[in-house]
Amino acid sequence: MEKAMGENWEPKIIAFLCNWCSYAGADLAGVSRYQYPPSIRIVRVPCSGRVSPNLILDALRSGADGVLVSGCHPGDCHYISGNLYARRRFALLERFLEFIGIEPGRVNFSWVSASEGEQFAEVVQEVTERVRKLGPAKKLVKEITICPR
Amino acid sequence: MSTVNEKIAGQIQQIATQLLESKEVALFLGYTQGTVPGAMQPFVARDVEDAKRLSWSSFCVVNLANYLPGLLRSLEPPRRPNEPPPEGPLPKVGVVATGCWSRNMVVQIQENQIDRERVVIVGVPSRGMVDRRKLQESVGQREITSIQEDDNSLLIRGNGFEKVINRWDVIRDNCQTCVHPDPVIYDRLVGSLSGDRNIPDRFRQVEEIEALSVEERWNWFQEEISSCIRCYACRNVCPLCYCPTCFVDDSRPQWVGKSKEQVDTALFHIVRAYHCAGRCTDCGSCESVCPMGIKMRLFTRKLQKDCLELFDFEPGLDPDIPLPLTTYSTSDPEDFILTQIRKGDEK
Repeated sequence: MEKAMGENWEPKIIAFLCNWCSYAGADLAGVSRYQYPPSIRIVRVPCSGRVSPNLILDALRSGADGVLVSGCHPGDCHYISGNLYARRRFALLERFLEFIGIEPGRVNFSWVSASEGEQFAEVVQEVTERVRKLGPAKKLVKEITICPR
Repeated sequence: MSTVNEKIAGQIQQIATQLLESKEVALFLGYTQGTVPGAMQPFVARDVEDAKRLSWSSFCVVNLANYLPGLLRSLEPPRRPNEPPPEGPLPKVGVVATGCWSRNMVVQIQENQIDRERVVIVGVPSRGMVDRRKLQESVGQREITSIQEDDNSLLIRGNGFEKVINRWDVIRDNCQTCVHPDPVIYDRLVGSLSGDRNIPDRFRQVEEIEALSVEERWNWFQEEISSCIRCYACRNVCPLCYCPTCFVDDSRPQWVGKSKEQVDTALFHIVRAYHCAGRCTDCGSCESVCPMGIKMRLFTRKLQKDCLELFDFEPGLDPDIPLPLTTYSTSDPEDFILTQIRKGDEK
């Protein structure tokens, strides 16, 4: 399969970006022509508080090599406190996934505001590097094998 | 001379009889003798005659809080999903509660699953419950035909053997590391409170796994869940699991595949444990009922440890302190957030 770690392997990273900050930040990065690796696939969510662990795990199950969840800086949430609830949730999830043996760096979290285009590009750069070092994800990926006839 | 457990059983019967006779409660939820030695059965007493069957021993492993929301609902007149409950007082339920069960009831009160006014809690300071697997191991997996319980020892009889074992040796792991054996909320008390216990290394089992490398931890996790048959006994027995549709039963979107494949099983255990984050009181029911002997308690234990470390919170101790994932603090730890790590590096 294409998952084999070859010379040209590029990680696939699912990025859950909040509509009000990080998604706009990604937009600004593009408008400002900051270069960042083409490894991310963006899913726009209303708030980082919308991102349940189910979504993160589902991304990994479907074959994502890494996940990035990004929201507004604490205090800047469009919904006042969505990212603060999310922060608690992610803190527990991150530690728990590490506990059961998912490599640290597969699931990443960041705060990027709508004015931080450059920072967004840097975050994507960093996440891509982290995931590239880890190699293709295998642990929670559900491979669908077709039975030979 | 009667044993401690016999005395407790007697007092429970007495209280239940009095509550049922005075019509203070409509039902009394407790335990009765099961059909095989070393198995106690949750039991609902409906009248004074039933109350005589109530019993108590070191084998009451299933958390009675699990049955409370359903029992309370069964006493309400039928109504449509969004219809408000009828006016006026509704029938009450009496229930036996040890430390962890009462803490689960506190969580249920916080989550509006039970109404404190409608339960009469009979608190029993817990002396720890026996682990069936440890018991079987102590007699070399031979069949046990009778168990006679003394205060600190168990006399086990089987076909052609008889053995006395120390009770504490076969107590469940979660009871051995329990720091709050006393009920947190109660209306009647059986026996006397024993106070919080001091166990400095109560998270030792979790710490041992944390000390392993990533690969070793993954192998441990896979090994642990490899025998899982997805019977969902752990979910069904859990007093925290009351969603109308469980995430494993959801088919659109289907978060977890229904097969016995390793990835599906792993996801089931991850999400099941995570659902209990900040709510699990480590009652150990899940582990006790697992037919395959999976130590899934360690997963929830890890989350319990993190909640304590990160948010300084232990579930069920105080109904006035909100559950950790339903609240936040501006100073919550965020050392795992990439942009914060970068900020730290720049400084």
